[in-house]
Amino acid sequence: MAATSAMDSLSSAATSAVKSLKLRTKQQELLIRVSTLCLIYVLAFSIRLFSVLRYESMIHEFDPYFNYRTTVYLSENGFYEFWNWFDSESWYPLGRIIGGTLYPGLMVTAHLLHRAISAIRFAVHIREVCVLTAPFFASNTAVVAYLFGKEVWDTGAGLVAAALIAVCPGYISRSVAGSYDNEGVAIFALLLTFYLFVKAVNTGSLSWALASAFSYFYMVSAWGGYVFIINLVPLYVLVLLVTGRYSMRLYVAYNCMYVLGCLLAMQIRFVGFQHVQSGEHMAAMEVRNLNDGEVDSYVAQLNDLQAAVVWQGIMIVVWKPKLRDAVSVRSFYEWWRRRRSRLLIIGQNSKEVFYFLDYVKHLLNDPKLFNDFLRITVTCAVSVGALAIGVGTASGYISPWTGRFYSLLDPTYAKDHIPIIASVSEHQPTAWSSFMFDFHILLFLFPAGLYFCFKRLSDATIFIVMYGLTSMYFAGVMVRLILVAAPAMCLISAIAVSATLKNLTSLLRSKSKVQAVSSSKGTSSTKASMKASLDQSLPFQRNGAITLLLGAFYLLSRYAIHCTWVTSEAYSSPSIVLAARGAYGGRVIFDDYREAYFWLRQNTAPDAKIMSWWDYGYQITAMGNRTVIVDNNTWNNTHIATVGRAMASYEDEAYEIIQSLDVDYVLVVFGGVTGYSSDDINKFLWMVRIGGGVFPVIKEPDYLVNGEYRVDKGAAPKMLNCLMYKLSYYRFGELTTEYGQPPGYDRARGVEIGNKNVKLEHLEEAFTTSNWIVRIYKSSATF
Amino acid sequence: MAFRFHLLLLLFAIVSASVQAELTLSKVDRKIDLSSHIVRVTSTLKVENLGPGVASEVLLAVPDYQANNLADLRAVINEGKSSIVLHIEHFSPEVSRPEFTFYSISLTKGLEKGQSVTLDVFSAFTHSVIPFPEEITQADSQLILYKDSAYFVSPHAVKVQTLRIKLPSARVEAYTNIQNTKFNGTSIRYGPYENLPPFSSLPITVHFENNRPFAVAKQLVREIEISHWGNVQVTEHYRLFHGGALNKGGFSRINYQSRQVIGGISSFRSLLARLPPRAHSVYYRDEIGNISTSHLWGDSRKTELEIEPRYPMFGGWRTSFTIGYGLPLHDFLFESEGKHLLDITFGCPMDEVVIDELFVKVVLPEGSKDISASTPFPTKQWQEVKFSHLDIVGRPVVVLQKTNVVPEHNLHFQVHYRFNNLSLLMEPMMLISGFFFLFVSCIVYMRVDMSISKTSASYQAKLQWEEMQATVQQARSIINRCLAIHDKLDASLRDLSRTGDVQQCKSTRKAADGMLKELSKELKPLLGVLQSSPQASQIWPKVEELAVKEREMQERLMLKHSTVVDSFEKKSGGRDIENRIASHQQKISALRHEIDDLLDAIDEI
Repeated sequence: MAATSAMDSLSSAATSAVKSLKLRTKQQELLIRVSTLCLIYVLAFSIRLFSVLRYESMIHEFDPYFNYRTTVYLSENGFYEFWNWFDSESWYPLGRIIGGTLYPGLMVTAHLLHRAISAIRFAVHIREVCVLTAPFFASNTAVVAYLFGKEVWDTGAGLVAAALIAVCPGYISRSVAGSYDNEGVAIFALLLTFYLFVKAVNTGSLSWALASAFSYFYMVSAWGGYVFIINLVPLYVLVLLVTGRYSMRLYVAYNCMYVLGCLLAMQIRFVGFQHVQSGEHMAAMEVRNLNDGEVDSYVAQLNDLQAAVVWQGIMIVVWKPKLRDAVSVRSFYEWWRRRRSRLLIIGQNSKEVFYFLDYVKHLLNDPKLFNDFLRITVTCAVSVGALAIGVGTASGYISPWTGRFYSLLDPTYAKDHIPIIASVSEHQPTAWSSFMFDFHILLFLFPAGLYFCFKRLSDATIFIVMYGLTSMYFAGVMVRLILVAAPAMCLISAIAVSATLKNLTSLLRSKSKVQAVSSSKGTSSTKASMKASLDQSLPFQRNGAITLLLGAFYLLSRYAIHCTWVTSEAYSSPSIVLAARGAYGGRVIFDDYREAYFWLRQNTAPDAKIMSWWDYGYQITAMGNRTVIVDNNTWNNTHIATVGRAMASYEDEAYEIIQSLDVDYVLVVFGGVTGYSSDDINKFLWMVRIGGGVFPVIKEPDYLVNGEYRVDKGAAPKMLNCLMYKLSYYRFGELTTEYGQPPGYDRARGVEIGNKNVKLEHLEEAFTTSNWIVRIYKSSATF
Repeated sequence: MAFRFHLLLLLFAIVSASVQAELTLSKVDRKIDLSSHIVRVTSTLKVENLGPGVASEVLLAVPDYQANNLADLRAVINEGKSSIVLHIEHFSPEVSRPEFTFYSISLTKGLEKGQSVTLDVFSAFTHSVIPFPEEITQADSQLILYKDSAYFVSPHAVKVQTLRIKLPSARVEAYTNIQNTKFNGTSIRYGPYENLPPFSSLPITVHFENNRPFAVAKQLVREIEISHWGNVQVTEHYRLFHGGALNKGGFSRINYQSRQVIGGISSFRSLLARLPPRAHSVYYRDEIGNISTSHLWGDSRKTELEIEPRYPMFGGWRTSFTIGYGLPLHDFLFESEGKHLLDITFGCPMDEVVIDELFVKVVLPEGSKDISASTPFPTKQWQEVKFSHLDIVGRPVVVLQKTNVVPEHNLHFQVHYRFNNLSLLMEPMMLISGFFFLFVSCIVYMRVDMSISKTSASYQAKLQWEEMQATVQQARSIINRCLAIHDKLDASLRDLSRTGDVQQCKSTRKAADGMLKELSKELKPLLGVLQSSPQASQIWPKVEELAVKEREMQERLMLKHSTVVDSFEKKSGGRDIENRIASHQQKISALRHEIDDLLDAIDEI
């Protein structure tokens, strides 16, 4: 008895403890939501650490090395030195004005993070900060996705969106630890701008619009993809106008965001006045003018000016004359004077348009008719605007679009006209398989999400639909823009998942409640009758719901598994260190790039100039610490073409070019021994094309046999004797690479090379890495 | 003749300095080991005092072309089994001889007339072997020139002396052949030579092959960081180069790969570092990342780390890297008289590496006091401050600097300091308090009302909204309590059917009735508040409906209860009772359902 009473008291104590901890439903929900979000935050960070665990904490690929180098420079020399940095180590002998030709957002972010971490006394190397910047911002993106989803749909959709984007391979591909690239922070900035803008549109609050403008500023400072925002937002406003959803909220949000965003964007030196003059931004200008017309454009324009002057004043006071290159008041005024007449005319016109519209509205006295009228007018205005842009472009007032932008509108453009853009693999049109690879189930959920969005149309859902559709188009045009589409895909899919799950669970819950009630009732006959009646009204509902739920969970878990697999297998390779499976299943590491770069760093003269194809430029300057002729910035096509020409010429001609460029060492990448396929021989046709584009002496057909590119005995004579061939295969003919094959068997292309007796007259082998991947030759002028 | 006179004068000066003692070296055996790029000379000197005075020190002269390269010099007296290390210091004679640098060895006890003592003098020279030719191709092997004197250069007269030069290989291009020279395989023997006056010398040159690694560290910074949590972290930054003949004519990988012997005989590929036992967390990296070519073995007595630079090292090639490892604290840190004592090796753990400039930085924990360092040989010392994780004032760093370091300097040195173990807790406390304040500030931010204007409409509305929500919560809880009482009534009915205790059932009903009345009294003012509140316009109809439904349910339940109790008293059959309350029951369950739905609806707002 005593024991049972003790048990009783114990159990009652336990239940009371549970009861005291028992939270209200709302609090429970909050607790679950916050902890889920925290877990997503951690997950988004940790899934991107595969590369650190597999390899080491290192910077990946090509561009990140430049970003890393500039960040180190920034942290060592301070912001002003960084801003005014003239880099003589690249593009020899031209040099490069770093401060004016980069998006500084990433470097400044990493630098500030490093400073903040040092300030709370954690002695961390800047490299670790750079390596982890992208995962950190990916986690933040997940949080923004949650907020965005909450704004567009509800908290459930927000949570699902956060979870989806945390592991979405399309995004992970550019944000694994070590991939220290602009995109890493830019996607965060992009989504934040969109979120704040939608928030501003929903609330009509000036402060949200202001926040959105600043977020846009951050985006502009971080990535060239800001063009997408500045075109999508006006397009969105236009659509709202046409669909008759125009409101004061929209007006406030758009004007504040656009005007301030423009002015702020112009503070970035690399963008400058391009932001208002180049063709890529014109859509925004036109829509804004149109938009202004509906209230009072003139005043708004004047406000612009005032805002600009005040802003410039602030900039000058704060940044002092040290910053001479920054956009000054004077230059702003000059620009303003040039454009004022045009703006004022538009302003006046729109003002009249506005009054006219008001009058028409009054006359028609029927919103439906008026809307039709408005639609027609707007369409006319758009066509007139388009015409104006056409004239402006023809007269050269508006600068023409850049090649990359053209290739967005016409995917075949680059292939025919700009080989330097087409030569980059990430600028190729996307294959279906890579969509599947990067999005997996999102690809199927996306249309479902669109359906839900259309079912519950609001300003916010229109935005997300437009974002999704436009970014899908761009993702189809260029592989690397899959990245821009990823957040939209995740958000729209999240809406689909969340809405479906919510419907299904509400079915389950109502059912179970009825059951609970009837079971508590006690007497059997009524219970049975009631149950029967319910079951009759909704046959198989419960089972169907459970099945569907299980199916959804199965799909989502497949997605999670797929994402983890893709991340660990495909996206976590630093591409500096190559790994392969050895003959006995062990992992073999080819660290040849670093071997060569470190050799250059240690054993060449500090002012030695290295000539290589532009892909390796950033890595050579960052890791080898030596001057390069061309690098991944590709700002000077002629210079790159000169290098291409040198590589494609016979040795004597090439040697003249080498001497004229003051080159000490020539570096080529060669995969014939290891079977590494992205080497210079495989890139060689692009060198020929780019070289031939500027120097007509280089003709692509000279290197082909019947339109076929080959390196064996049947190769074209010019191919067998050009510099690239000689440098790649120098003394390769003596080497047996594979058992059972003749010496000089190229494993990357699977053929025996055609010219085994390569003799060099003017160049001398200086260094070849242990797996022959990088070969460095010394020019005899430096003997 | 003039030279002779000069020399006599000097001798006189020296002799007079040691009060008429006259030392001669009755026998000198020198061995020069040229097998690596560090020249090690071992001389056995038999010193005899011929003069009347007592001699307390013996002088050594090092020619100037060697003096700059002298890395280590020590003298030992062997007495039976034990050997005593003698003190050596720099000595400047009164009559200066600029072409020599003098050192004096202090003997442990004075040497009286006629007595003799045998000293072992050991010296090591760096950069004394010169590659000739200076540039070689990849296939050539490295030839080395070494110059010295066939006679032992000494301020004392030497009676009998011999010299033996040990070479690394049998291949000798040339050597100076003077009288009594013998060459056998890997060594050359000069002497014996007899009765030579002070400072006599005879230059000899040996030209031979040496392909041993000529690893020279231009600079080595060893950082030894002590953590009283149990770890000594050693980080060594090397700037290394191959000090042999310069490579010319480029580097051919195919020659190196396929014909190793002729394709890179003068190069070296790896270095072996002998780390202390129980070394853990070993890493090997450079400025651009981890270097994957290294191997680690270890047992209880040693840890061996074989490191390969990224590329084979040819003459003149440079590389730089960092190795780091952790060591257990209790192996190296001792405590005595309230002071801590660190006892750890000074030099570099690698074999046969010459270090031009060595910095040893001992990073002590933050808050260490009374710091002093003692080394077995003279070093330059100063202190710095280093900031590491969670430091406020920084950690004191003892820096020891020494140039020209050879493996013989790999001796233990000591650093003494005072450290209060309580300061250990400071950093965790800082972390804890940091998080604590973070959470406190979060709580404060959530709880404290930070609105600027307390009279604005929105603020008022917010207050009202909160008040309204609280009221709705209260109303909800009252309804829930009512529902609990309903359940209790139901339970009492079930008890009745089981036990047949009518009285208890009645009393339960009475109590429940009273409680329900009280609750409805409590609910009334709340409903009034809600009705009047403008914020509650949305929620009011629901709450009102809820209250009405609840009241109806109460009534129904009471009715059912009384019906059941009555029929029980009348002893009606179970079937009969069931029929009588069926209508009530249906209504009640429907009401209950509606109430639940309403509660959910209110919850969602």
